[in-house]
Amino acid sequence: MLREEERYGYALITPSMIVVFGIIIIPIITTLVYSFVNIDPLSSHNGEFAGLGFYQKALTSSAFWEDLGRTLYFTVASTAIETVFGLMIALLLNEEFPGVRFLRSIVIIPWAIPTVVNGSLWKLMLNGEYGVINAILMRLHLIDAYQSWLGNPATAMLCIIVADAWKMTPLAVIFFLAALQGIDQTRYEAARVDGAGAFRSFFAITLPAIKPTIMVIIVMRTVEKFKAFDIFYLMTRGGPANSTKTLMYDTYLQAFTNLNYSEAATLAYLIVLVVVLMTLIYIRMMKRGDER
Amino acid sequence: MKQRGRRWDFSPGKRGRTLLYMALGLLLTLAVLGPVLWMFMTSIMRPVDLTAKPLKLIPEAVTFERFRQVFVSNNGSDPAYVFRIALINSFIIAAAVTLLSLIVGSLSAYSFAHVRFRGKNGLMLTILFTYMLTPAALIIPLYRIYNQFGWLDKRGPLIILYLSFIVPFIIWVMQDFFGSISKSFEEAAQVDGATRLQTLFYIFMPIARPGAIATGILAFLMSWDEFFYSLIFTSSLSAKTMPVAIAEFNGKFTIDYGMISVAGILGSLIPVAITVIFQKYIVMGMTAGGVKE
Amino acid sequence: MKKTLCLILTLVMLSSLCAFGALADDVTLNAIFMKQAGYSEDDVLAMTQAFTEATGIQVNPTFVAYEELAPKILTSAASGGYDVILGDCIWPAQFAKAGLVLDVTDRVSALDLDDIYQGALDATRYEGKYYGMPWLNDVKYMFVNMELLKQAGIEEAPATWDQLIEDAKACKEKGICEYPIVGCYAQAECLICDYTCIAGSFGGAFVDENNQPTLDKAENIEALDFMAQTLKDGLCNPKSLEMIEDDVLSTFAAGNAVFAINWTYQYASMNDESQSSVVGQGVITPIPGTDKAQSATVNGGMPLMITAGCKHPDEAWEYMLFLASKEMQAKYCANALPIWKSLYTDPQVIETAGAEVVAASQIQFDFIQNRPMVPYYNELSTAMQTEIQLVLLGQKTAEEALTGLQAVALELADR
Repeated sequence: MLREEERYGYALITPSMIVVFGIIIIPIITTLVYSFVNIDPLSSHNGEFAGLGFYQKALTSSAFWEDLGRTLYFTVASTAIETVFGLMIALLLNEEFPGVRFLRSIVIIPWAIPTVVNGSLWKLMLNGEYGVINAILMRLHLIDAYQSWLGNPATAMLCIIVADAWKMTPLAVIFFLAALQGIDQTRYEAARVDGAGAFRSFFAITLPAIKPTIMVIIVMRTVEKFKAFDIFYLMTRGGPANSTKTLMYDTYLQAFTNLNYSEAATLAYLIVLVVVLMTLIYIRMMKRGDER
Repeated sequence: MKQRGRRWDFSPGKRGRTLLYMALGLLLTLAVLGPVLWMFMTSIMRPVDLTAKPLKLIPEAVTFERFRQVFVSNNGSDPAYVFRIALINSFIIAAAVTLLSLIVGSLSAYSFAHVRFRGKNGLMLTILFTYMLTPAALIIPLYRIYNQFGWLDKRGPLIILYLSFIVPFIIWVMQDFFGSISKSFEEAAQVDGATRLQTLFYIFMPIARPGAIATGILAFLMSWDEFFYSLIFTSSLSAKTMPVAIAEFNGKFTIDYGMISVAGILGSLIPVAITVIFQKYIVMGMTAGGVKE
Repeated sequence: MKKTLCLILTLVMLSSLCAFGALADDVTLNAIFMKQAGYSEDDVLAMTQAFTEATGIQVNPTFVAYEELAPKILTSAASGGYDVILGDCIWPAQFAKAGLVLDVTDRVSALDLDDIYQGALDATRYEGKYYGMPWLNDVKYMFVNMELLKQAGIEEAPATWDQLIEDAKACKEKGICEYPIVGCYAQAECLICDYTCIAGSFGGAFVDENNQPTLDKAENIEALDFMAQTLKDGLCNPKSLEMIEDDVLSTFAAGNAVFAINWTYQYASMNDESQSSVVGQGVITPIPGTDKAQSATVNGGMPLMITAGCKHPDEAWEYMLFLASKEMQAKYCANALPIWKSLYTDPQVIETAGAEVVAASQIQFDFIQNRPMVPYYNELSTAMQTEIQLVLLGQKTAEEALTGLQAVALELADR
């Protein structure tokens, strides 16, 4: 009986397993090998076993830590913006006022715009010479000369964060809206009878109720953002002066420009390692949250 | 769900608040639609107006020539033509990926949710792990393998590649939908003499259909959005997808910013339409995939 | 690796010695080109069609953006995805060292080398050997908007950087142009191209005659200081740091710059009414100099190369020769000048390319600087782009940056 059941179970999952692992298993092992063996057609050490040499080299280079810092900056800042604005917008859309239905249906539009389109759209708007953002800010007298938003290391990463948040905040809005609508309305009425104000009921009722959703958004978004590549490739390609060079972009650079396959493989595995670590930490945090 | 009133509350006590909400709503509309609107404006502005300084926000003359070009151009090197073919490629690939991943993925999802077999949890964890991988960890050997098989720059092999990261997603989300369907359906059907496959196709699949639609839409959008693999694995019009074409427009020797906007609008049309129309399904699919232990 | 390379080379030599008439007639070559203005896709397709009609050899050309050209070649060359590749002049060293392309010294030596410009030949050479057929012959020039200059009361394009700065100041002070100078200083290869031109005209060079790095030379430092100063003084457009060649062109074509360094293709584009509002106002001139050098420009030549995995090197070579033939180069010279010296007196060529362009090229070709022809160039360039930008942003001194880069270069050379 169980044998037949098992056979049935395996049969159903076989096609998926072939498609998924058939594609990734060899590359994932080969890449791991690359990170231990020097694969650099330009080097006289090509093909030599390097042990943990590449990991040591990466972890002791300042470039790696700078990349990591920028990646974390992007990840944390944009996730924070999306979560905070997402919640605020969701709270607004959860109210009833003229036009709210229209707003609820259009708020998702930026999320549906492909990442590459989003990147090129913002690059166009931020263009120092012809961009509409300069034109509008000038007209509002907020700046006195056209600024080079993407050509200035102080602003380039910020611009990418804004562009990314514009596209991804709607996702948070949708999640929060679903969570808010699931809250029992009678609890608010009871709180009002008890004399609680809007702020108190927000912290006493709303926030605890949507806490799982907040966690989910933070987990999903940080993992995705840590691996982000498209928007950097589109908007800045790591410049100016490396101010937007993330770990993922550096991996691409090492592999496809510098031919340092081993260094690229090492970086790729370090990225995976960080992502796995982040996920484990999140799982622990969530478990602890559940226990309370 | 709370009952929503049909009349807006403009009573003296609430008037201020409603007006504030409306003002915030207007601001939000501007923030959401402003960039989209600007993309449309640049797509119909003449090249000379696009590089004018200071920029005129309302141009004197507009042109729909670029849109026309995308549909009629037959010159193999014209960006408009390149973009049309890339759109078609993207559509074929996304449609095939959606269909195949739904079939393959829901079989597994059902198996994970309702069939007992050894190593299930381990396999599920491994599948989740593939979700954390970055394509960068696969790309170099993958390229060599594809090259050896002569699979580069072809739509079919690209579809298989996309399946490798979309199928895990489908399994993850769909097993949640199947899990919520009571096992008693299956037992009842078996009493009636139905085989297991019959119960799967005639009982479970119909019940899980809304879930399948939701996941299918998300799979389509993921595939439509994919850039990294396509960038590395395609080079000519035989497989190049929309995002790669747009990235090319942003690269060297493109002067007409308007064409980038035209591409952006046409590239967003399908996903935006799908999203706005099927919003309910998408929310369902996303929350099923996200809200879990 | 080396053994197979030797074997391939011997085979190639043998086959080129004895088998010239015996070309198979059902051969298909895969070729990869770049989407660009000099030899546009249309031009290459037309040339290719003519080649197929003449020889019966089929060719599948693929066109990708410049940024994707190297990645595509590097990932496919070893296993033979393409037979013929278009390379940038900074790549032969890397490709040759990695064994990705065939040594074609014998084939190139059989050509009339005296009739080919040195810059075009340099673009295919590494350590005395040729790894490709010279094809695209391009250098950068100075483009000057004479109309704006005349408004400032200046009649002639500047011949020295000192003069150019003076003219730029005049244009800025009279309110004719907010930022008279524009450059492509984005974190990309184009920044190194501009810096090569300017460093060269200050008498600098990035490597010595033994191909050893000399980045910290005083002249290089002086040139970089000069570039940073133009930004500091508001003479150079601060948006230059996000610009690549196309952005420079469109800024110039919109009338928002008086001086711009760019490739030959800008000449045709800035005089094209559909994308320019300065038609007839701009001139093409040699890049200005200093008392140390009359002028200097950067080699932007692009050779055609045969990959190591190519199974039909003879046919590939035939195709390359055809594309680079005098006939083809004369016909398609509107955006790219020929490699053949003898074509520059051809009235047809002068007419198609523009007399002004041909005249400027005859001076500019005498002052070509090569970017370092070393296998580690791409890595060096990546490091240089970052450091130079830091200097241009005023966050580092030129001396600090270039001393650091010299150390990086020495380390890379040692590997």
